[in-house]
Amino acid sequence: MTEPLQTPLHALHVALGARMAPFASYSMPIQYRSGIIREHTHTRTGAGLFDVSHMGQVRLAGGGAAAALETLTPADIVELPDGRQRYALLTNDAGGVRDDFMVARLGEHLLIVVNAACKQDDIEHLRGRIGERCSIEVLDDRALLALQGPAAALVLGRLARETAALGFMQVARMSLAGSECIVSRSGYTGEDGFEISVAADRAETLAHQLLGHEEVEPIGLGARDSLRLEAGLCLYGQDLDRSTTPVEAGLTWTVAKTRRAGGARAGGYPGAGVIDRELAAGAARRRVALLPRSRVPLRGGAVLQSHDGAIAGQVTSGGFGPTLGAPIAMGYVEAGLARAGTMLSATVRGKTLPVEVAKLPVVPHGFVRGTTG
Amino acid sequence: MTELRYTDDHEWLRPEDDGTVTIGITDYAQEQLGDIVFVELPEAGARVTAGDEACVIESVKSAADIRMPLSGEVVAVNEVLADEPETVNADPLGDGWFIRVLPDSPDDLGALLDKAAYDELVGTL
Repeated sequence: MTEPLQTPLHALHVALGARMAPFASYSMPIQYRSGIIREHTHTRTGAGLFDVSHMGQVRLAGGGAAAALETLTPADIVELPDGRQRYALLTNDAGGVRDDFMVARLGEHLLIVVNAACKQDDIEHLRGRIGERCSIEVLDDRALLALQGPAAALVLGRLARETAALGFMQVARMSLAGSECIVSRSGYTGEDGFEISVAADRAETLAHQLLGHEEVEPIGLGARDSLRLEAGLCLYGQDLDRSTTPVEAGLTWTVAKTRRAGGARAGGYPGAGVIDRELAAGAARRRVALLPRSRVPLRGGAVLQSHDGAIAGQVTSGGFGPTLGAPIAMGYVEAGLARAGTMLSATVRGKTLPVEVAKLPVVPHGFVRGTTG
Repeated sequence: MTELRYTDDHEWLRPEDDGTVTIGITDYAQEQLGDIVFVELPEAGARVTAGDEACVIESVKSAADIRMPLSGEVVAVNEVLADEPETVNADPLGDGWFIRVLPDSPDDLGALLDKAAYDELVGTL
C-alpha cells in the first residue's frame, strides 16, 4: 500500500488533535477532539471549517471549453453566466453517473471541482474526450477550504466585505487574509457557506485566520458526512455511481431544459437517449430519504423490504443524524414505494426493523437565496 | 475495591462480591469509537459463550461488535443504555457498563490482563 497523500493543512490537523484516516488516497481528518456530534451541531449553529483539498480542482480554458464540456454532461454550461456556479454530472453511455462536480465560470475560464476518489479518472476522461478542444489544467497547487454554517457569512465578511454580495452559487475572485482566492457561495452541508480555493502555500495562514474567529471550529469528514446526509446530498460512490441515472437519483434538475429532447442543444452527451427516455417515462427506482423507526442505524448495503416481504430497494448511505437526533439513511426504492410515508422494513442482525420513506432533504436547507449581488 | 481485569479487545471486567462479573468497554475504546448512538445488548437470562459477539455498539460512523471474554449467564443488562447510549462515552467504567454475567468458571478472569498490562498495551497503540 502506498503512503497516503497529505493536504496542505496536514500539519494543522495533527496540531488540532484530529484523528486522521485514509480517504480517497489522502490522509484526512475524520474528527477533531470534540467529536462528530458536536462538530455537526456546531456547523448547524455557528461556522465550521472543513479541509476539502483532496478534491480535484481543474481549469478549462479556451473559447470552446463550455461547448466541449457539454459533450460530457447534460448541464447547461454554454449559457452559464460569468460568476455563476452549477452542480452537474458526468454521464456514461448507459446514462449512469461517472462523477458529480461543481462548475463555475470565471471570465474566460471554467473551474471545476471533482470528487477526490474520481479525480484521476475524470482528468483522463476530460483529456481523452475534450483535450483537443480546450486546455485542461489540473490545479494541484491549490487547497480548497469550506466555511459552512449560519455564521459563515458573518465571519467571512470580516475578512472581505464583498463576500456579502455573493449570492448562493455565485463565484468571485477576492483577497482573503492577503491571499488571492476564488470564493463560491456553496457547500455540502445544507447550510449557508463558502468554498474557498487558495494557493497551497497560503492555505494554512488562511485557515489560522478563520479559526481565530470565535464562531469557527474545525470540522472533520465524519460530520461532513452526517451533515450532507441530513441535507439529502449524494455521496458519489455510495448514492451515485455508474449504474445510477440522474432520473433515478432525483437529479433531473441537473439535466438542463435546453439539453433535453426538443431543446436548443438537445442531447450530445453520453447516455442522452437513456436519460431522455427516463425523463419521459420515469425511472423504475427512486432515491429517497429513509427514517429508521427504531434507534438502530441502517448502514449502506442494508436491503429494504415491503410489507409483503418482497425486496423493495437498498440503503446506499446511513448513519445517525445529530440534528434529527435519530438514525437517518438514504437509498433507492422501487418507484411505486417512493411516496413519503410508505413503511418498509430492513433486517439488521436478524431483527426486522421499520423504516419510513421520507422526502429529501430531511433537514431543511439553510441556503441564502435571492441575493443577486 | 476489586481490581479490574481487561481484554486486548478493550473490555473491562469487574468481579462483584456476589460472584458475578460486570463487563464494559474501556475509556480508550469509547474514545476510539467516538459518539455512541446505539448499544445492543443480550437479554437478561441469555447464555453467552466466550468469543460470541453478544453486544453491538453503533457510533455515528460505524458498528462494532463486542466479543464476550467469558462464558456464562447474563444476570443483568444496563437498561439505561437503551435511551442514553451516550452514557458509554461519558462514563465508560461506571454508569456506562454493559452487562453482568455469572461466569461458568470464575478462574478464567485470572488469565486476563491486569491494569498495568492493559495500560502497556494501550501505550503501544
